[in-house]
Amino acid sequence: MNVGRPIELGKGFVRSFGLPRIIIALFLLSLFILAPIAGVNVGTSFSDTLNRFGMNAIMVLAMVPMIHSGCGLNFGLPLGIIAGLLGATISLQVNIPGPASFFLAILFCTPFALILGWGYGQLLNRVKGGEMMIATYVGFSSVAFMCIMWLLLPFNNPTMVWGYSGSGLRTTISVEGYYLHALNNFLSIRLTRHLVIPTGMLLFFAFFAFIIWAFLHTKTGTAMTAVGSNPVFARASGINVDRIRTLSVVMSTWLGAVGILVYQQSFGFIQLYMGPFYMALPAVSAILIGGASVNKASILNVVIGTFLFQGIVTMTPSVMNSMIHTDMSEVIRIVVSNGMILYALTRKTEAVR
Amino acid sequence: MSVHDVPLLEMKHISKDFFGNQVLNDINFSLKRGEILGLVGENGAGKSTLMKILFGMDEIHQTGGYGGDVLIEGTKVSFASPSDALARGIGMVHQEFSLLPDFTATENIMLNREPLTYTWLSEVFGPRMNVLNRKEMDAIAKAAIGRLNVKLDHQMLVSEMPVGHKQFTEIARELSKEASETSEGIKLLVLDEPTAVLSEQEADSLLSSIKRLSEAGIAIIFITHRLQEIIDVCDTIMVMRDGMIIKTVPAQGVAVTDIAHWMVGRQVDTSKREVRTFDYGSSPVILSLQNLWVNMPGETVRDVTLDVHKGEILGIGGMAGQGKLGIPNGAMGLFPAGGTVTFEGQQIMLNNPRNFLDAGMAFVSEDRRGVGLLLDESLEWNVAFTAMQVQEKFLKKYLGGLIQWRDQQQIEEETASYVKQLEIRCVSTKQKAKELSGGNQQKVCLAKAFAVNPKLLFVSEPTRGIDVGAKALVLKALRTYNEESGTTIVMISSELEELRSICDRIAIISDGKVFGTLPATAPSAEFGLLMVGQASTQDWGGAV
Amino acid sequence: MTLKMTPSKRLVRFMANNTVPILFLIICAFGIPLSGYSANYLVSEIIVRLVRNSFLIVSLLIPILAGMGLNFGMTLGAMAGQIGLIFISDWGIVGIPGMVLAMIISTPISMLLGWWCGKILNMAKGREMVTSYIIGFFMNGIYQLVVLYGMGPVIPIRNKALVLPRGYGIRNTVNLIGIRKALDSLLAIRIFGVLVPLATFILIALLCLFVLWFKKTKLGQDMRAVGQDMEVARAAGIRVEHTRIVSIVISTVFAGYGMIIYLQNIGTLNTYNSHMQIGMFSVAALLVGGATVAKANIRNVFLGVILFHLMFIVSPMAGKNLIGQAQLGEYFRVFVSYGVITISLVLYEVRKKRDLALAGQTLAAQQEVGA
Repeated sequence: MNVGRPIELGKGFVRSFGLPRIIIALFLLSLFILAPIAGVNVGTSFSDTLNRFGMNAIMVLAMVPMIHSGCGLNFGLPLGIIAGLLGATISLQVNIPGPASFFLAILFCTPFALILGWGYGQLLNRVKGGEMMIATYVGFSSVAFMCIMWLLLPFNNPTMVWGYSGSGLRTTISVEGYYLHALNNFLSIRLTRHLVIPTGMLLFFAFFAFIIWAFLHTKTGTAMTAVGSNPVFARASGINVDRIRTLSVVMSTWLGAVGILVYQQSFGFIQLYMGPFYMALPAVSAILIGGASVNKASILNVVIGTFLFQGIVTMTPSVMNSMIHTDMSEVIRIVVSNGMILYALTRKTEAVR
Repeated sequence: MSVHDVPLLEMKHISKDFFGNQVLNDINFSLKRGEILGLVGENGAGKSTLMKILFGMDEIHQTGGYGGDVLIEGTKVSFASPSDALARGIGMVHQEFSLLPDFTATENIMLNREPLTYTWLSEVFGPRMNVLNRKEMDAIAKAAIGRLNVKLDHQMLVSEMPVGHKQFTEIARELSKEASETSEGIKLLVLDEPTAVLSEQEADSLLSSIKRLSEAGIAIIFITHRLQEIIDVCDTIMVMRDGMIIKTVPAQGVAVTDIAHWMVGRQVDTSKREVRTFDYGSSPVILSLQNLWVNMPGETVRDVTLDVHKGEILGIGGMAGQGKLGIPNGAMGLFPAGGTVTFEGQQIMLNNPRNFLDAGMAFVSEDRRGVGLLLDESLEWNVAFTAMQVQEKFLKKYLGGLIQWRDQQQIEEETASYVKQLEIRCVSTKQKAKELSGGNQQKVCLAKAFAVNPKLLFVSEPTRGIDVGAKALVLKALRTYNEESGTTIVMISSELEELRSICDRIAIISDGKVFGTLPATAPSAEFGLLMVGQASTQDWGGAV
Repeated sequence: MTLKMTPSKRLVRFMANNTVPILFLIICAFGIPLSGYSANYLVSEIIVRLVRNSFLIVSLLIPILAGMGLNFGMTLGAMAGQIGLIFISDWGIVGIPGMVLAMIISTPISMLLGWWCGKILNMAKGREMVTSYIIGFFMNGIYQLVVLYGMGPVIPIRNKALVLPRGYGIRNTVNLIGIRKALDSLLAIRIFGVLVPLATFILIALLCLFVLWFKKTKLGQDMRAVGQDMEVARAAGIRVEHTRIVSIVISTVFAGYGMIIYLQNIGTLNTYNSHMQIGMFSVAALLVGGATVAKANIRNVFLGVILFHLMFIVSPMAGKNLIGQAQLGEYFRVFVSYGVITISLVLYEVRKKRDLALAGQTLAAQQEVGA
């Protein structure tokens, strides 16, 4: 045996997995190693990471259908989030307390997600090749449009509207008394004083991940992958490409809507107005960190990516702060997440046809 | 010896092989100043490879160079790139236009060779900060257009030009490459199918321009499929076939039929061909095309009427660009089409591939990588996908058909059986399609079509870009499939001999129409005539 | 061969080609009377906006010429300009010399960033816009690293008024008192009671002349060629990649100067926000002026600034007078800014397809004539 072979193998691994991903994984690993030295409680950190994983994973999962159908990275995630926000606010307006309100919210957000997703899908079918830029701005304009709507819509539940004027929704609305920790507390396991596993939330994600995994194994799911892989081939196999793409966009939008509801039940607040504005970027970079490319993604990418990304977001502030007494976590988050997106965009993939 | 006695261009013992596949064999010819040489031959006869050697294209260097010598004015040359060739005064006008649509004729003619006016900023930021000298640009462009003696507005945008003017702009661009310290001015111009896209009038004026150029001392190599043009304008005619020069004759007194005969009249070992007699009387028409038109760029079909009988192998041949490829692509609905297509008595709605597939037809596209394959997916997916989507094969159903689950095991088994049957060389059925060689990719495309058990199979250019061994295998697989399962096959190919080796009869397409249909056993010269747009001299109608 | 069009068809096509400016004219036509502002006030406001924004927007023109779309990476230049301003504020150099020095400092930074940005965009051909947009975000991280953490410990900053109380990093707002309106007041004259800063306008005019002249240079011609078809340009021997990088470098450098002019008018620097917003507002204004992703000229710049900022000025007041909430008008103008970019991008893609279809129609028509 010569020495060259392991090096070659290593190179092959780096090439297939991507250097940036390895750096990020090593970075997170070193953070976990450094944490005890820096005096940060690993249990709390891990618990936080798990919690954030559960909060964000479904929104990352929302990237999968659109990537599969060749619509690219769903920078238009805010549209799905808006559907979720509508569901949440209507659920609170109906004013049924307790975890039931969570399922009501999912119920109410569904028609909005379907309609918005359908329209968004129709739009993206007309702009094939320029999806990502347009998706970004569809997200932005819909958020800005809803800012007007939040002021005007006739909500009147006193927990939601501005106290002094009695109309117009507040920027943040607490979900306490409604669905706060509806999933988090379900079957949650307290291992130590610091380490809590939010079982319900993780199961909820696992359920959706399974549904998507299963969907991709069905006839329609197979067609969706083929459309993303080579739309001309799919057309020549009798597939209605536009319809499959629309379906994927609807799915992504609905997952985004459910995703924000899961996020809210753990976070405790509904963030309206400019809240959803930059929500797409973390989700996009998470799935890319997990190993997805502009036109290929799997459930495993979602799990790995969300864990790595949220791990870094949770660990950097605490570890950094105690190590060098400087909170550079924001900067690191910006550089890592956008750097990852840039890396993916500059790869030569089949996406440019 | 003065310069004028030495031939401008001489090619001696040129040979070229692509990985053992001999495409040019001992080519010898010379060209004098002002001589017009007509170069004709079937697709794949070696014309374009010869020109690529002359211009020192990358493709030649990357595939191991060539044998023999190229001499310009008596000195041996070997160009590293087309721009080197240009520096020695050899220019080429390609079939595809390389013009910028939003530039005027002048701007295109002078592209990247614009005369400049000095500005002081160029001292700081380099010569590209000098300003274009529009006056001089116009003057040079006008002069170049003037040499062609055509009416062409040098201020017109290319996007607004009729197609003929685009061709003239391209030629003017070559002509404008005057002598300078870096180049010698144009001495030899290669025109590749310049009249293919022109109307008759435009073609006439182009031909007269060619003559004028030759009078001015510029030698021209004229490649075309329109044989009458060759006879009209050329001094010498050179016919190529199978990588060899078959004939070099003065154009004077040559008839079109002679050229056609030389082009295709190869001696074929007829014993190899399995001739079979197909009984047209007892087999009904399965597919009928009536007045089909297809808007496929570069392969426009204008008016095709054709009947296909159940169980036969019908060949469709013709020169490139005449529309033969448009027929299956249009019938399937991949390109906008009109007319009537009737399959087993049912009219098929055009422009939707689903209807075509649902009727029980399949199509193996000539564009393997673009249309035929999912390059990033496994062989299993490639083979099973169409059958799964169209015929709900390879699916397990649960909840009363609500869930249609991919049946991995069945897919694997079926793919493995095709791998064995068609001798597809791969590591496993999980290998990605892009990792296979061209020939094996083609076999995967065939397997994909076989998997839907079609009643009628269109196969378009099945042997394009694959090696000889794989070619024979693919053709054999088609014939076997036809004989064993009784599937009707319509095969479209540019290679006449290939069609003649397995088809029962062959339709030749010219100018988007069926120009004639002959049994495969008809002499090849007859096909040659049809292919160049000349009606057959004999009556073969009775056979079909 | 071109298809013949009836006058009504031509009108429809004109409307379709100018959807965005027409839409804005309508918005402004409703908004101005609703806001109740005087004409004098509006004119003086518009002049201020022209002074502030025109230079920045002109910097977008050159990448469009080179076929690289809207350069969202102009934020890189804005960052370079801000770094220049931070330094001169630290050194206490005021007035015109301060501005010139800030420009001189920003130039090499802009060139470096522009070159890097161009390199990346060459790796992402076909999706330049979304990539340049993400580059802006990415560079914002690096900018924060430098300005928020590097300035103080690594890069010496003497002026304590600039530094955060914790001892390093630049404050969120930097008062640019030294150069406030330095250029604007250099040659200010009053016309009908409206203050017109002539010097700034002269500078903007010079830049416009430069752009017009630039289109006539060899480099400008090469950019037009590259913008139409990279392969044809390459075949003709034009250095495609290099030309594209140069177009981004020029744009970034001008964006840096533009940012300095913008901030001298405003007078305070929002260290961590100013540059992020400027890209979006500049792009929106240019699009409102009737530019597209593929085509833009100087007329679009000025028409865009006027229409876009007219809407921006009147909408809060109009909102207040209409519904009683100024907040509504503010959200409205944000919505319109994003909306207009969305519509322009969509129209551009749809038109690209429509033109292709038109080419097909022409082909079909030709075929019929031939047959």
